[in-house]
Amino acid sequence: MSAAPATARPAARPPARRGGAARGPRAGRPSALWTLPGLLFFGVFAALPMALVAYLSLTTWGGLGDPRFTGLDNWTRLAGDPVMHRAVVLSLVLTAATWAVQTPISLLLGVWAAGRQRTRAVLSAIFFLPLLLSSAAIALIWRSLLDPNFGPLAWIAPRVGAPDADLLGDPTGAFLVIIAVTAWQFIPLHTLLYQGGARQIPASLYEAAEIDGAGRWTAFRHITLPQLRNTITTSSVLMVVGALTYFDTVLILTGGGPGSDTTIVPFLMYEAGFERWEMGYASAIALTLVVAATAVSLVMVRVTGFGAMRSTREGM
Amino acid sequence: MTASAPARPAARGAAAPPRPPRRRAGRPGRRRPNVLAGAGAFAWLAVIGVPLYVLLVATFQRSEDYTAAGPLALPADPTLDNYARAIDNGILVFVANTLAVTAAVVAIVCILSATTAFAVVRSRGRWTTGVFRAFLLGLAIPAQAVVIPVYLIIVQLGLYDSLVAIVLPTAAFALPVCVLILTGSMRDISDELYEAMALDGAGSVRTFLRLVLPMSRPGLATAAVYSALQAWNGFLFPLVLTQSRDSRLITMGLFEFQGEYRVDVPGLLAAVVLSAVPILIAYLLARRSLVNGLMGVGGK
Repeated sequence: MSAAPATARPAARPPARRGGAARGPRAGRPSALWTLPGLLFFGVFAALPMALVAYLSLTTWGGLGDPRFTGLDNWTRLAGDPVMHRAVVLSLVLTAATWAVQTPISLLLGVWAAGRQRTRAVLSAIFFLPLLLSSAAIALIWRSLLDPNFGPLAWIAPRVGAPDADLLGDPTGAFLVIIAVTAWQFIPLHTLLYQGGARQIPASLYEAAEIDGAGRWTAFRHITLPQLRNTITTSSVLMVVGALTYFDTVLILTGGGPGSDTTIVPFLMYEAGFERWEMGYASAIALTLVVAATAVSLVMVRVTGFGAMRSTREGM
Repeated sequence: MTASAPARPAARGAAAPPRPPRRRAGRPGRRRPNVLAGAGAFAWLAVIGVPLYVLLVATFQRSEDYTAAGPLALPADPTLDNYARAIDNGILVFVANTLAVTAAVVAIVCILSATTAFAVVRSRGRWTTGVFRAFLLGLAIPAQAVVIPVYLIIVQLGLYDSLVAIVLPTAAFALPVCVLILTGSMRDISDELYEAMALDGAGSVRTFLRLVLPMSRPGLATAAVYSALQAWNGFLFPLVLTQSRDSRLITMGLFEFQGEYRVDVPGLLAAVVLSAVPILIAYLLARRSLVNGLMGVGGK
């Protein structure tokens, strides 16, 4: 891995064989075979499973032996399952809340952190820390902090007049805790995205605005926000797909409870598949997740023009 | 982000002559310190910092003192017992397993995403465009959604309860993002450089090794960082695809601790801290590429 080799020298030559001569542009171009290793690997462990999950959703399978084809039974059951209905609603609420909580905070923090002042650099480094912890670790930390018997919450609660504070034991409390903990975990990542986005905004725009006498708010409203358009899309999609699939946090923090008050769709799938070993039914749940996530991503590809690989700077 | 109104002097209308920029490279429009934003940032510092402080302090406290002393008090009698207990419980073995899995995932992902991205960027034809589209769609597949068939495939391959079982799907799921990152950075290599290689008579392999790989180092670093974090923090695949202590990764190790030592919170938290140490070291050593890498995931 040494720096760009043997490149400067011939580059000086004028581009030979423009137009016509077919050999030039083809030389050194990789054949489609180059895609095969990656594609095979991805195919076996990601694409093939997608097809399999569709098939399994039409079967009854206990994890051992062979799946037994049962047609649309799982789907009929799924459509009438009140727990699934509840899980869908909870997932949607969680996703919306995630977006509403995380986007404004990350955007403001990111734009702030994009400044080059020393305080901002130091604080950004600290803001980054939760990113180094796994979801499992973060969920465990918060579970310990919020433990009604042994944790800091148990120490603080009586001193603020709430002796039996058991946030995780309360349906609304547990749900709010999941929103808060995932925000604590993921806002640093999105802050980073916005910080990167804000740093790419040409300084000349702000200088021009200042000459026009625009204040800080005006500049933010009319320069920063529109310029961050692409970052907002990317970050929002990551957030939404992420929130649809929060799983580790729910499993460790609440186990779907109390009751089934935090049983969101991916958790319901895990329960059905790996606790009750109803793999066929779990596959049907999984497929609804795929459909939801794919829909979001297709919209993203449309909106941001990722597919066409347009530059983020285009249309400025 | 709330602060009182007076924190924001309405100095707009009142003649603000364009003062000469005092700071060399500061962002324009930021001459006066932004009090409101600063207050918000310090509020967020508390949100991030206080739990981490409580976490650290708790790990040095004796179990008996933990509940009694209050979360903000420094330990009266600091001890390393909690860390010793976490190590006794095998945390180091789990860390070693995780390191092995992470290294394998990073290697696989970097090689496969680089070759794929090279073909996508440089070869002309519908096939590679189709491949790229497939990977883009792959971005949308959440691991949860296919964990059941992945389990089936792993069992069929006879790999259940091994580290390889975790490596394969983890790498496969990191591929789409990394292909996207690398096509982005390979597109930035100018055509003249490729033409120069071609004039030198270089075939695709040499072009790849001598031009493309060296020129896409930032992209490769990003891909490595991304896949390493995926592997290190992965939870679902280890949960579903392994079972025995020998193939336990750090995240599962922590999860199991929680079940076994419900009451020993300081011991558990010490294990959490230990689990983050390797990543923390990597952060301190390669902060720039880690941060830029994560920025790049969303930025490109």
